[in-house]
Amino acid sequence: MTDPTGTAPGTVLIKGASLLGEATADVLVAEGRIQEVGTTPGATSAADRTIDADGLVLLPGLVDLHTHLREPGREDAETVLTGSRAAAVGGFTAVLAMANTSPVTDTAEAAERVLDLGRAAGLVDVQPVGAVTKALAGAELAELGLMARSRARVRVFSDDGRCVHDARVMRRALEYVKTFGGVISQHSQDPALAGPTACCHEGELSGRLGLPGWPGVAEEVIVARDVMLARHTGSRVHVAHVSTAGSVEMIRWAKAQGIDVTAEVTPHHLLLTTDLLASENGGYDPTYKVNPPLRPVEDVEALRAALADGTIDAVATDHAPHARHDKEHAFVDAAFGMLGLETALPLVATVMVGSGLMDWAGVARVMSADPARIAGLSEHGRPLAVGEPANLTLVDPAATVTIDREDSVSLSRNNPWHGRALTGAVRATLLRGRPTVLEGALQ
Amino acid sequence: MTRHLLSIDDLDAADIAEIFDTAAEMHDVQRRAVKKLPALRGRTVINLFFEDSTRTRSSFEIAGKWLSADVINLSAKGSSASKGESLRDTVLTVTAMGVDGLVVRHGASGAAHQISQWVDVPVVNAGDGMHEHPTQALLDAYTLTRRLGSLEGKHVAIVGDLTHSRVFRSNIKCLLALGASVTAVAPPTLMPAGAGEWAKSAGFATSYELDPVLPDADAVMMLRVQRERMSGGYFPTAREYTVGYGLTRDRLGLLGADTPILHPGPMNRGLEISADAADSVDRSVVLDQVSAGVAVRMSVLYHLLAGEETR
Repeated sequence: MTDPTGTAPGTVLIKGASLLGEATADVLVAEGRIQEVGTTPGATSAADRTIDADGLVLLPGLVDLHTHLREPGREDAETVLTGSRAAAVGGFTAVLAMANTSPVTDTAEAAERVLDLGRAAGLVDVQPVGAVTKALAGAELAELGLMARSRARVRVFSDDGRCVHDARVMRRALEYVKTFGGVISQHSQDPALAGPTACCHEGELSGRLGLPGWPGVAEEVIVARDVMLARHTGSRVHVAHVSTAGSVEMIRWAKAQGIDVTAEVTPHHLLLTTDLLASENGGYDPTYKVNPPLRPVEDVEALRAALADGTIDAVATDHAPHARHDKEHAFVDAAFGMLGLETALPLVATVMVGSGLMDWAGVARVMSADPARIAGLSEHGRPLAVGEPANLTLVDPAATVTIDREDSVSLSRNNPWHGRALTGAVRATLLRGRPTVLEGALQ
Repeated sequence: MTRHLLSIDDLDAADIAEIFDTAAEMHDVQRRAVKKLPALRGRTVINLFFEDSTRTRSSFEIAGKWLSADVINLSAKGSSASKGESLRDTVLTVTAMGVDGLVVRHGASGAAHQISQWVDVPVVNAGDGMHEHPTQALLDAYTLTRRLGSLEGKHVAIVGDLTHSRVFRSNIKCLLALGASVTAVAPPTLMPAGAGEWAKSAGFATSYELDPVLPDADAVMMLRVQRERMSGGYFPTAREYTVGYGLTRDRLGLLGADTPILHPGPMNRGLEISADAADSVDRSVVLDQVSAGVAVRMSVLYHLLAGEETR
């Protein structure tokens, strides 16, 4: 496998792409960077490979703030290599691998191991996320500084899957990561309010179906607490997978106060609603069991509006692969999570661009520039300009693709979009000038 | 009749009437010296219980045996999941033994529904988490029908821990389907999430107070309160619960002299129901419910499992 820290040999000409959906130009890539942008690049004839991008939109390579790669520990569900494949096919050039593996990424050595596995896979930059607390137990801080100073240069810390619910621990974590410009990505879920078996949005439907409810307020009280702690400490907090209108209001207020808070939303929370769990729609299908749970349409609409107006900074997949047998339990007992890497772009294209809420420049902002900024990845999310790293994604905005879960390159099949027609398809992905995906296929 | 009985939603009023008609015939069998019908001879029914329940399991077991089915009880509690086996694998393994029907009890809502999608034999939901317990609702309604005649226009109060009650969720559907009006009574902490919206769309009433409801009730259905709810903060003490929601001796005076009192059991005497209420000869139908349970379950098994040639 190619070491992704290297650059591609030779030159690539992307011919006739629409830059962020606007003006059409040719883009010449060499030595891992964009060499020329224009209608008649001088080096056109010298390109080793030409990609016909007529009708395609060129974006900076997508960056995912929230990916579960399952290695080490659950290599039957996903590995760094298979997750990297899914990321590249989805148009990503960098992903942040969450820490809730087995063992947990809570030491420098564990973080470097994930980094090295990513480099060996060579398809995307795999940036490890460090745990906030040892073994995600919520009690003692993990070795945040050593992870930050390691080769992995960890900057994002999260106990994702669990909430750092002790306010004192959260405060100390926020204070501590200021030393190296880190950020705490919080899974906002008050464990007392949501309860140990909570698995479904708390509302009329959970009451009727008899499913243990996960009330929106369990998220909102943690978001409210954390923005106040961020203000108190002068530190950065990032709200992972925002799912309620109330959280959006809290984040909007905090930003207006000048508090350093950012937030992400998943593609599934932008489209799917809790009523998918009702029996008339198939009933209790664990494919739709996700944490935080799918919410009612009012929340979904608030999330879309907040993403469009910048209150929510980024789209993050929360790609959560699971082996089939981990989903083949009663709904309450089944694993949380759904696949996301391969379908994120078409979902955002369908929900946000297709509805007119956002243009392609907006997509570049929420799926590349802002995620890279939040994660401190200086070589990603850059403008499409001469001298910038050639981490690029080419999208066919007109393509309609009916999702088939068996087409996935992930090891898992917990795909909620199976059978749905989505508009927009990733045609090519370039990592430092080297095509990892061409014509939609892995290279 | 549908292929499975997973929820009262699977039945319409005509189906329920048919089940009751057959149950009445089955009820007569209980009075015979030889309590045996040949309807399910050669059929094998597995009571697959992922959760303990002596009375429901026994009721289904007796029902199956009086219909001449071979009934096998399997307690799957902890046996598969603790070994890492998925629910689907457990169920497929059991059905591969050549069974003709599954009676499933599970601690998780929706489990019976999910199982029905994996197997090709009829599935009877014998209680799934906080979701439904359809045969309990049928036997309750059957008991009331025998006592009150038609339930059309009758007013039933259901009182207790509604949030965690599968009996409530099935009964509300069954009683409404039969034309009764229902008032669900519980403290706010034990009222299901979104109960107001649900009540509005389904057409029942809710109340946080019991006393105003009882004088108009044609029947009262008391639900068991699990004592662990106290430590969960759902209410402060047993005494406070009893004062607010218990069917005490004093409250009996608010009921008609022959208003039936139901309880799915086991009863917490002194908590949700007083001994005076539980033992009231004129009003308590608790033992009638147990007896009717066998008849109704015989009827359900018959309708789902008996081949056309035996019906």
